[in-house]
Amino acid sequence: MKTLNLGGAALALAFAATGALAQDVVRLASEGAYPPYNFINDATGELDGYERALGDALCERAGLTCEWVINDWDTIIPNLVAGNYDAIMAGMSITEARMEVISFTQNYLLPEASAYVALAGADVSVRDSGVIAAQSNTIQAGHVAASGADLLEFPTPDETIAALRNQEADAVLADKAFLVPYVTDSNGELEFLGDDVLLGGGIGMGIRQSDDALRATFDAAIAEMKADGSLNALISEWFGDEAALYE
Amino acid sequence: MFSFCSDPSVLSGLPWFVCYLTSATHLDFYRAFGVVMLLLVVTAPAALAIGMGGAMAIRARFAPLSLLGKAYVNIARGVPDIVFFLFVPIALGQGIEYVLHHINCPDWDQPIRQGNDFLVCREAKMPPIGAPAWVRDAYAFGMAVLAFALVFGAFVANTLHGAMQAVPHAQIETAEAYGMTRAQAFRRIVLPQMWVYALPGLSNIWQILIKATPLLFLLGIQDVVYWARELGGQKTTLYSYPHPDWRMWYFLALLGFYLFLTWLSERGFGWLTLRLSHGQATAEGERMRRAAA
Repeated sequence: MKTLNLGGAALALAFAATGALAQDVVRLASEGAYPPYNFINDATGELDGYERALGDALCERAGLTCEWVINDWDTIIPNLVAGNYDAIMAGMSITEARMEVISFTQNYLLPEASAYVALAGADVSVRDSGVIAAQSNTIQAGHVAASGADLLEFPTPDETIAALRNQEADAVLADKAFLVPYVTDSNGELEFLGDDVLLGGGIGMGIRQSDDALRATFDAAIAEMKADGSLNALISEWFGDEAALYE
Repeated sequence: MFSFCSDPSVLSGLPWFVCYLTSATHLDFYRAFGVVMLLLVVTAPAALAIGMGGAMAIRARFAPLSLLGKAYVNIARGVPDIVFFLFVPIALGQGIEYVLHHINCPDWDQPIRQGNDFLVCREAKMPPIGAPAWVRDAYAFGMAVLAFALVFGAFVANTLHGAMQAVPHAQIETAEAYGMTRAQAFRRIVLPQMWVYALPGLSNIWQILIKATPLLFLLGIQDVVYWARELGGQKTTLYSYPHPDWRMWYFLALLGFYLFLTWLSERGFGWLTLRLSHGQATAEGERMRRAAA
């Protein structure tokens, strides 16, 4: 038994060295609560959204077998580092602070607009002096904390909108693509407040710093999808015609 | 689930609700109730066993064992539950992988901790690489049960130890006077009688265990609270069943569920108390004796 395991270890080392991971199941983590990036489809019960579609496409190109895991946003980085899964695709912006803990592939969404949303008729000045709700551990929360406004944090993005409706918060700061459906569905109850703000270095796949082989694999697959236009097609499908596309 | 649910966007009124409440995510929600019940059913005996061991360790005449029992009971009771629940699965999970790593891969030359990363060789991964999803779920659930059983076992140990002390000492002395050994006296006199003294304490712990089940969410298990929050949140038109913020109704349903469990266990414990009081040297036992006479 022992010799068998030793053989396996040698084999594993050889595979790690050549970067051949094909026989492995690569586990991808997502939050499943951030439409249209990632959400749980209520008709099928499966993870759905832009990142699900993109992740499946990337795995197919790279010849990997992938499996999705739903993980709470607040513990999504610690669980990656602990080795419970291999990569994060959860609308995670590439930031300096996160780069200290994990590494990222090149972005698969351009740095995009974040926007403030408030109840109709709110004054723009609340952006700097009011109470702003944001999801905890996001670049938006960091942005509010650095501004003069008071930050009100929630573990899930949906709760920020509920807080706005209850008037616990004067406005919500989040990715614009997440907010658009809420504003259009609200029949004028909610509206965007002032201009958009650009935060972060785009959205990329989070990978353990020691896992260079996997990062290189996904990097190549993303570059390939950028080159042949299939990434742009996916972006338009999920974020509409106005979304920023790769050149 | 039903054939008329294939296109929810054209439905309204009752059919919409029927389809909505039987959607795939709702079936997961209902399954989560089963998970909570399963946790209770598995954890309660496990905590009772650990508690029994703890109580007997505290009573042991061998000093180190008694000290170990006391240390366990006091540490597990003193540390906040939430810290314990976060600590046990991570520490235990990494501990198992660490040990497996040293057994299976003795000639691995890279450090296990590389910066922030915890890295062990492929053979040491738990659950094993490529394990099907249900194995991973069962592993996570097992960790949760262990964390719950360790925390609640400490409370049970304390309660059982108190109950053992409450059995009238004169009876034990009498048993020993009849020539029983310490172990025999414990088995024949203390063990059968202590339960009636332990019951009020145990019923408290059971209720607290019921209330603590939402902590499952912390351990990455999608329990009823996770689903109530996920399903109750506003759903935009991107979803098949758009609706406004309904979290209040979902949490109300949870409230009903937990109250029902409480009512059920109150009845269960009432019945047990009645049964165990039979022929006991307690006020209840005496009342029953007089009523029968």
